[in-house]
Amino acid sequence: MGTTTQALRNRATDARMAEDFDRRDPDWYVDKLLAGIVFVCGISAILFVLGIFFFVTKEGIGFVFEKMDFREFFLTPYWSPSDAEDPEYGILALMAGTASVTGLAMLVAVPFSLGAAIFIAEFASGKTREVLKVLVELLAAIPSVVWGFIGLVIMNPLLIKWFDIPVGLCVLNAGIILGLMAAPIMTSIAEDALKAVPDRYREAAEAMGATRWQVIYKVVLPAAKNGLLGGVLLGVGRGFGETMAVLMATGHAVNIPDSIFDSVRALTATIAAELGEAVVGGEHYQVLFTIGIFLFLVTFIINLSADLIVRGIRKG
Amino acid sequence: MATANPTMFQASDLNQHNERVQRRYRLLFGLMTLLLITPVLLILGTLVVKGGAAISWEFLLTAPTDGMRTGGLFPALLGTIWLVTVALLLSVPIGIFAAIYLSEYAGDNWFTRTINLAIINLAGVPSIVHALFGLGAFVLFFKFGTSILAASLTLAVMTMPVVIVATRESLQAVPQAFREACWNMGATRWQTIRRVVLPNSITGILTGVILEVSRTAGETAPIMFTGAVFFTPFLPQSVFDQTMALSLHLFVAATQVPEIAEQVPFGIALVLIALVLTMNSVSIAFRMWLRGKKKW
Repeated sequence: MGTTTQALRNRATDARMAEDFDRRDPDWYVDKLLAGIVFVCGISAILFVLGIFFFVTKEGIGFVFEKMDFREFFLTPYWSPSDAEDPEYGILALMAGTASVTGLAMLVAVPFSLGAAIFIAEFASGKTREVLKVLVELLAAIPSVVWGFIGLVIMNPLLIKWFDIPVGLCVLNAGIILGLMAAPIMTSIAEDALKAVPDRYREAAEAMGATRWQVIYKVVLPAAKNGLLGGVLLGVGRGFGETMAVLMATGHAVNIPDSIFDSVRALTATIAAELGEAVVGGEHYQVLFTIGIFLFLVTFIINLSADLIVRGIRKG
Repeated sequence: MATANPTMFQASDLNQHNERVQRRYRLLFGLMTLLLITPVLLILGTLVVKGGAAISWEFLLTAPTDGMRTGGLFPALLGTIWLVTVALLLSVPIGIFAAIYLSEYAGDNWFTRTINLAIINLAGVPSIVHALFGLGAFVLFFKFGTSILAASLTLAVMTMPVVIVATRESLQAVPQAFREACWNMGATRWQTIRRVVLPNSITGILTGVILEVSRTAGETAPIMFTGAVFFTPFLPQSVFDQTMALSLHLFVAATQVPEIAEQVPFGIALVLIALVLTMNSVSIAFRMWLRGKKKW
């Protein structure tokens, strides 16, 4: 009898103690709540990327499944969407426009931004380096519509005067503009990649009697190779997706260019110029969204490869 | 008697040769840097000179007149302020929380890598594709119509990586020992973030926010079909109104208005560039000041 009451009392104490121990004050709940909110915001970037793909596909998919002829779409250069009787949707010329402008831009930007990055990271020091870095960062911030405006009102008359051509809005103009635009970004990515090479590599090489240039050429550049390549790829992606500047500086003529003085039209610019006049849900509208899907996929692949290449250095 | 070789401390021919090569490369790369920067500075100078002629209080504070051929840019400036404010109200909280997740909660695994890849992609998707997304999602699907809200949401999604990346960096700069000390006092994870981590990184976060203001103000393509219009005689009253915007106004003035007075688009470009570069300079100055006073 006595032992039973004792046991009962013990059990009651245990329960009270356990309750005491497990008392969750408001802070505990706040902590859990915030952890939830933070997690949702944390994955928001994934949700947004999926959302972009979903909504762009949703508007454009009708055309892809019903009317699209892949060969006609990708392999013919005839783009006349507003022809009421027989509209033609071939994006070959638009792709050629984008490719020629981006290609020329990279030709301009890659050597110069690598050179500038090498100078800033390896040669310059102290104040010079600080000033150059700030300058590069500010140049990267100039909005693309301002670049387009520069192409339109400053480069255009200059090119007409220098090369004696009728129209200065052409591959050359847009290529230079896009190159100047991409160069600061590529410079700062390349500089980061060079900075990421450990100083002990440089010290070891210098201790062997290598000159600064030998150190850069034989040690730093090979070690930073992947980071530099990643930077170039991001620059390509940026040029490929640029809209306002190419809309204003290319001349906007559907054309497969024969020379750098030809006017062209880019994929992105076509969407920007024609979406406003396309009827929502109509065929033209869906085709523009189909181009959007294509742009999304290509930049996705470019960004993914850049990321994989850059990750390569961290592992190796 | 062996005396020290007198030429021992002189530069040998090889040394001198190396020195010359070295100087030549330094010069080459210095020139490349100059060639990259000078044309841009010349162009900016031209903008300042030509645009400066247009700038006046009247230009900044009145509406365009005579079919946008003359007059000021006030509605566009106000519209940009609306768009940027609403976009920031949406993207800054989410961006900061996302960065907190990545820096304080996430482990080093495939899931975190996927989030990082998504952030890179968000920043890398062409701006015109963001515009298509904004049109399909916010304007049509959520039925916000072409409005400041739809345009700002589009801008918010597009520029959020700027806040996330800057915030994550400044959170990670807070030493781990600060957190451990706080946990050992019995604080919860959130209390630690709220009382220790955030106060020690708030200035760095602010740098990112200012940078985002500058990015958001300059974007054109994403707002073209979602909320910004070429011209409207009305000033926006709520987030459901359409508005003019500085960046789009420059595009319109440069390409769509025949016989416009030459200095007007230059003036618009100058105002836009001044706005963006001022914001960037403030952010950079802030960062340098921060680096100078860092305690750990």
